Amino acid sequence: MTQEARDHTDLVAVPHPSAAVDPAAWTCPAPLRDSPTIVMGHGAGGAMSAELVQHLFLPGYGDAATPDLGDSAVCTVGGRRLAFTTDSFVVRPTFFPGGNIGDLAVNGTVNDLAMSGARPLFLSTAFILEEGTPLEELNAVARTMGEAAGRAGVQLVTGDTKVVDSGHGDGIYVNTAGVGLLDENVHIGPDRARPGDVVLLSGEIGLHGIAVMSSREGIEFGTTVESDTAALDSLVQHMRATGADLRVLRDPTRGGLAASINEIAVASGVGIEITERDLPVPEAVSSACGLLGLDPMFVANEGKLVAIVPAEEAEQVLAAMREHPRGEKAAVVGECVADHPGAMVSRTGLGATRVVDLPVGEQLPRIC
Amino acid sequence: MCLAVPGKVVRLREEDGTRMAEVDFGGALKDVCLQYVPEVSLGEYVIVHVGFAIQKLDEASARETLANFEELGLLEEEFGDQLAQAARQAGVEEPRQR
Amino acid sequence: MKYLDEFSDPALAGKLLDRIHEVTTRPWAIMEVCGGQTHSIIRHGIDQLLPDGIEMIHGPGCPVCVTPLDMIDRALEIAAREDVIFCSFGDMLRVPGSERDLFRVKSEGADVRLVYSPLDALKIARQNPDRQVVFFGVGFETTAPANAMTVYQAQRLGVENFSLLVSHVLVPPAVAAIMESSTCRVQGFLAAGHVCSVMGTREYPPLAERYEVPIVVTGFEPLDILDGLRQTVTQLEAGRSEVENAYPRAVAEHGNPAARQMLEDVFEVTDRSWRGIGMIPRSGWRLSGKYRAFDAEYRFDVGGINTEESSVCRSGEVLQGLIKPNECAAFGTLCTPRNPLGATMVSSEGACAAYYQYRRLDLAGSGATS
Repeated sequence: MTQEARDHTDLVAVPHPSAAVDPAAWTCPAPLRDSPTIVMGHGAGGAMSAELVQHLFLPGYGDAATPDLGDSAVCTVGGRRLAFTTDSFVVRPTFFPGGNIGDLAVNGTVNDLAMSGARPLFLSTAFILEEGTPLEELNAVARTMGEAAGRAGVQLVTGDTKVVDSGHGDGIYVNTAGVGLLDENVHIGPDRARPGDVVLLSGEIGLHGIAVMSSREGIEFGTTVESDTAALDSLVQHMRATGADLRVLRDPTRGGLAASINEIAVASGVGIEITERDLPVPEAVSSACGLLGLDPMFVANEGKLVAIVPAEEAEQVLAAMREHPRGEKAAVVGECVADHPGAMVSRTGLGATRVVDLPVGEQLPRIC
Repeated sequence: MCLAVPGKVVRLREEDGTRMAEVDFGGALKDVCLQYVPEVSLGEYVIVHVGFAIQKLDEASARETLANFEELGLLEEEFGDQLAQAARQAGVEEPRQR
Repeated sequence: MKYLDEFSDPALAGKLLDRIHEVTTRPWAIMEVCGGQTHSIIRHGIDQLLPDGIEMIHGPGCPVCVTPLDMIDRALEIAAREDVIFCSFGDMLRVPGSERDLFRVKSEGADVRLVYSPLDALKIARQNPDRQVVFFGVGFETTAPANAMTVYQAQRLGVENFSLLVSHVLVPPAVAAIMESSTCRVQGFLAAGHVCSVMGTREYPPLAERYEVPIVVTGFEPLDILDGLRQTVTQLEAGRSEVENAYPRAVAEHGNPAARQMLEDVFEVTDRSWRGIGMIPRSGWRLSGKYRAFDAEYRFDVGGINTEESSVCRSGEVLQGLIKPNECAAFGTLCTPRNPLGATMVSSEGACAAYYQYRRLDLAGSGATS
């Protein structure tokens, strides 16, 4: 049809009787999961990351692999139990509201150790730097790391620096590995949740993910939300001092609360029910999620923990958490059940239920 | 389809001859094109989809709709029972009262 | 968020549910046209709270899902070019073409960028005058004004390195196509609120009359959806088939005149095939002749890419035992036996359906015991 021949009625498409379609036969394109190359989703902490470990790394490592399910591996050396962990940080942008890659790298590894109940002691720091990165930026990151380590009471004892060609990196990448010591009587692990146990959350969710997203190229928006990046070992020590049985501790980072709860449900073979209206979600996070079409349960945190404890000890642990500055807004958010083992179920604000699956890959803003 | 959210116009400006605004979505601020809602002024609410205001939000109508909902169940003050009944009929657990 | 949170209030939801239970005397099958509404229904579990007889049939209104395969393949072809910065909404990045998706093309070195708005793509074009910047303009009538304005601005400002790959689809022809089907069970429609914010409600009375179905323009929050259902069921029980507006705060009868005028200038109606559904005549928009210079299909000469649709859900892989049903991302959320996306979920003997029932039984058990 030519431009000249068009009139207003052309724009309004009229019903066409010859176009019969059958809703029962509809299908929908599900995302591709089996990529022959690495895609972003493999690093997002969701189902694709888990598949990469399960189907590539573990078979590749063969007998040499004795993976621990927790955030840290617990190894016995000379009769002492060591917690050992490593994490790489590739956040973009390097600096974001509430922190930078340096805080994240220290706090993230401290928290992975703390989630095993260990007292974090030593961290390594390794940098992969892109040619052309301003020293000023690196200096700011290094200072932040020193300060964060000081607050967490850990020492930065060894490190490494490599530089890659311009265009082959993204400014500053940091890897930190850490070791900590575990007391005799500490047994915390993702496989220890039992039906009847209570799920506690240490505070408001979604802050880190929203803060980073707000400064990400292409989707930037104005917000007062700042990253919650913080070390949690002192909160954990405070919780442990109650003497209660802390069965599971987990920091819900990439993939958010949904990923952590799903992982615990699978590792422990229990069902976990979360009550949405009990979740502490700040209004600014909820609004930003509304704007971008995201679910706060899938948004990353960097200074929160999930604790699973026996029901009879929940009040006591909750009270201890609320005494601590990192746990002031702690809340009971759910419970473990015998039914639907391995599945996370959420009770919606209206009182209905839905299954909450492990996120597939990266959380993306949606238009529909 | 069509995630569109209401936000309040907090700042107006011109950019390349186009009417733009800063819109506040409950604390999240975003640049929005107002070219399709020429009648909207500062402090009013618009419905925004992918960076464009596609309609002015009719605040009086929103209040009226909510008031109508309030009146729907005037004889049924105990909504909780009804919600629970609906849940039972649907074979799910009663909404938990914490 | 103001004017959003109020419309999720559980107490008012209870009142609306009461009323729906009161007026329902028989089973009814109601389709929500829009994917945003489907999302909200699942997210809040609204379907579980409805009277047993009310069946929600999920409509075709997910713009990324219905974007035809050959259009995705054209996008992938363009995105892979060295001189191109390819910009897209986030939810298009994972939609598979014949062999790849945009994420994959990006992983192979293409410059694929996620943007919130097509205006962001135009901005990128102005910042990169030596590169070709292409925006993937998908969506229903709601999204079309944004894309139209962007092309209009590109022309006005002379941003010649910008172009739009257009695959717009339209709701009313889809509603008609659904009702023309001999196996159609839909008795009432929740029309897509934000489509009507742009287009108004005047396209719907002829449809309601012709097919004798109530059509209620409905919003997206829980109370909006419940009120849309309440009005639809009330009409059905009374034997009426009218167009009603349950979303008056965002929808006027005439829609948005300024947006419609721009749409008229920039787009023209075309036949469009819908992924997973098939060709629906006159169900889409493409750039009009006046804006042909900004049409990426012509600029990059990809109009000749015509790929046949193959298996679009992963049922084929399930049937071959390559994946377990719950490894499909749609399993149990968007794809259920009542609202199947693929053959293995449609048939009760199908692997997905069986797997699903097993899990649902577990879930029902939890309700009984706790």
